[in-house]
Amino acid sequence: MSSWLERRRVARHALLGMLALVCALPVDAAAPAPQRYGFGRAATPAEIAGWDIDVRPDGRGLPDGRGSVAQGQVLYDDKCASCHGTFGESNDYLALAGGVGSLASDQPVRTLGSKLNHATTLFDYIRRAMPFNAPQSLADDEVYALTAYVLNLNDILPADAALDRVSILAVKMPNRDGFTTDHGFMARNARPDTRNAACMTNCGPEPRIASRIPDYARDSHGDLAIQSRTLAAAPRAAAPAARASTASSPADLARRSACLACHAVATRVVGPSFREVAAKYAGDAAAPARVAAKIRAGGAGTWGAVPMPAHPQLAEADALALARWVLGGAPP
Amino acid sequence: MADAPPSRGRIRPAPDAPLATAGSARRGFLRRAVAGGAALAAGRAVAQDEANLPPHVPPWTRTLGAPVLASPYGVPSTFESAVRRRESPGLTRTPHSSVAFTPLQNLFGIITPSGVHFERHHAGMPAVDPHQHRLIVHGMVREPRIYTMDDLMRFPSVSRVHFIECGANTGMEWANVAVPTVQYSHGMIGCSEWTGVLLSTILAEAGVDPKARFVLAEGADGAALTRTIPLDMALDDVLVCYGQNGEMLRPEQGYPLRLVVPGVQGVSSVKWLRRLKLGDTPWNTREESLHYVDLMPGGKHRQYTWIQEAKSVITSPSGGQVILDRGYHQITGLAWSGRGKVKRVDVTTDGGRNWRTATLQEPVHTKALTRFRLDWNWDGGPALLQSRVVDDTGYVQPTIRQLRAVRGTRSIYHNNAIHTWRVDTTGEVANVQLA
Repeated sequence: MSSWLERRRVARHALLGMLALVCALPVDAAAPAPQRYGFGRAATPAEIAGWDIDVRPDGRGLPDGRGSVAQGQVLYDDKCASCHGTFGESNDYLALAGGVGSLASDQPVRTLGSKLNHATTLFDYIRRAMPFNAPQSLADDEVYALTAYVLNLNDILPADAALDRVSILAVKMPNRDGFTTDHGFMARNARPDTRNAACMTNCGPEPRIASRIPDYARDSHGDLAIQSRTLAAAPRAAAPAARASTASSPADLARRSACLACHAVATRVVGPSFREVAAKYAGDAAAPARVAAKIRAGGAGTWGAVPMPAHPQLAEADALALARWVLGGAPP
Repeated sequence: MADAPPSRGRIRPAPDAPLATAGSARRGFLRRAVAGGAALAAGRAVAQDEANLPPHVPPWTRTLGAPVLASPYGVPSTFESAVRRRESPGLTRTPHSSVAFTPLQNLFGIITPSGVHFERHHAGMPAVDPHQHRLIVHGMVREPRIYTMDDLMRFPSVSRVHFIECGANTGMEWANVAVPTVQYSHGMIGCSEWTGVLLSTILAEAGVDPKARFVLAEGADGAALTRTIPLDMALDDVLVCYGQNGEMLRPEQGYPLRLVVPGVQGVSSVKWLRRLKLGDTPWNTREESLHYVDLMPGGKHRQYTWIQEAKSVITSPSGGQVILDRGYHQITGLAWSGRGKVKRVDVTTDGGRNWRTATLQEPVHTKALTRFRLDWNWDGGPALLQSRVVDDTGYVQPTIRQLRAVRGTRSIYHNNAIHTWRVDTTGEVANVQLA
């Protein structure tokens, strides 16, 4: 009964047994310690201090300093009100005040005051990212003052209040308890909150359309026709040859327009050098137009037996620019 | 005409004129043109391009082409100028804190060309000098470290294909249909081959304190954008990236250094990465408390909603396009899951009553866009097209009704509902939602 298959099975068991033995050895003996590469270098405390600006809800990272509501109002009117509104009411950017208690309603008013859970995050954000046009330009005292004033706009701090690294931790935001991590989005193996079934035939109810873009909004995203590739049947774009070139100089135009396949500036290649052409027509006022026409239409006989091919893809303006450049000695 | 033999189907990607409300006559003309069939449209094309069609020889055949180096770092054909990122009008108040969407309707396969990968900045796009860029790793580590770009590029590198999807992708459609095309409904996503160093490699160099649980990642832009990343994820498959699709990162994508946190909402893949700090609690940053939190019925916000759940959408035929012919069409689209690999995609053409399983493009990468394709013969009748992904955890993409039953319509983020395109009898394809 010792078939080939049986022998293979025995061999596999033996192999698995050996692997199990290897795996049972202490890790140190089986694999080298993770390699340290040692690239880069130790960061100095001074380097870290300049960038270490984050502040946590428990107060870690708060700097020394102090600022009052009154000081904050002066700063706010100067640096913030243009975007956020005099009373923090502007909807153009994030509204800073209002909406407290509205989040459970059908029309939640999302503002800093109605939504934020910790004043420390307000401090952190002003310090790292505000004002919008000059981030990280405020001194810590100014950040405390602006934080105090924005909280005052929300009636969270009285007008005579001031903030520092201790008092800011005593601020209780209206939405302090408004957040939850009881959901399935924090880990890849967490439990999702919907459970659809992959039914394949005769599924669900007869479909009924409940929402579509209303007629008045059909143009809201512009001309849809130019937002897709139109290879099937739509009008085609004009051939690029008909367009004037975007070359930065006549020399660049010559490089892009195939001239250099047959011509060089000072030496004869297939056709005459540009300088030969310039010398031939020196002093001839009508030459640029004639040479331009010849570039586009082609010609033969002027410089020998090899004809100059036509270049109909060149726009007239480009041909004229090239002709003038050639007749001017083809400067670089 | 119902008995017409199946022919090669063609799709006009979009109508050839704006769908002006005032221009209903124009739309009527369009409908007639479409109903009249492709003959009319094709006739127009022939009239226009006759001189360049056989038996004639077009000028590009009869002239010398451009030399090499006409474009030392190539750009797409000028005929492809319609394929571009776009903003959704009215969505944001300033272009410096805004988003421009990927034109999914025009792309093939699974890789998003770097030049049209969606861009989202919170304080504009900085121009970071790579020679003066530094990454600092500190906090609860044995030894804080500082790295130049050269240092980082010496570490062992890996290249992996992953999607990056903004948590707010499809966020405009929670309550109702709001946008016309897949660019706006699903275009806050891109998929690239990312190259860089495993974050676990860099953290091992600094020596992580056993009591550390989270990493704060911070950008060098004007927002100094910060996000909390759980340490188990950081040690799993997070990448510190400098490469994208074979080149250095584009400026819009965080040149010269960004984080890529596979499967997690895009804001966590911090761009222009300058600092990583180890700590024992989450940071509750502005982008984790004022934004990127999901408002639930009852008024509570879900916080730290990192994972992007499985989602799919048909990119062709899709909103704004017009199907010109009955007969064969390929239905194609994209599916992805932040929890792992796409296992299966089913497609329906009758609004979810009956489904067929689509073909997946191989190889299927984990936490990456996956292209699906299905043959379809359009019979000229109305159709409701949907796709439904199942990922390798067994999770099935939900309907919008199932999502709303749990989360209401105000949560902005994480809308991964099955999407519906309606095809009407003229072939026009439009965005709709089913009850």
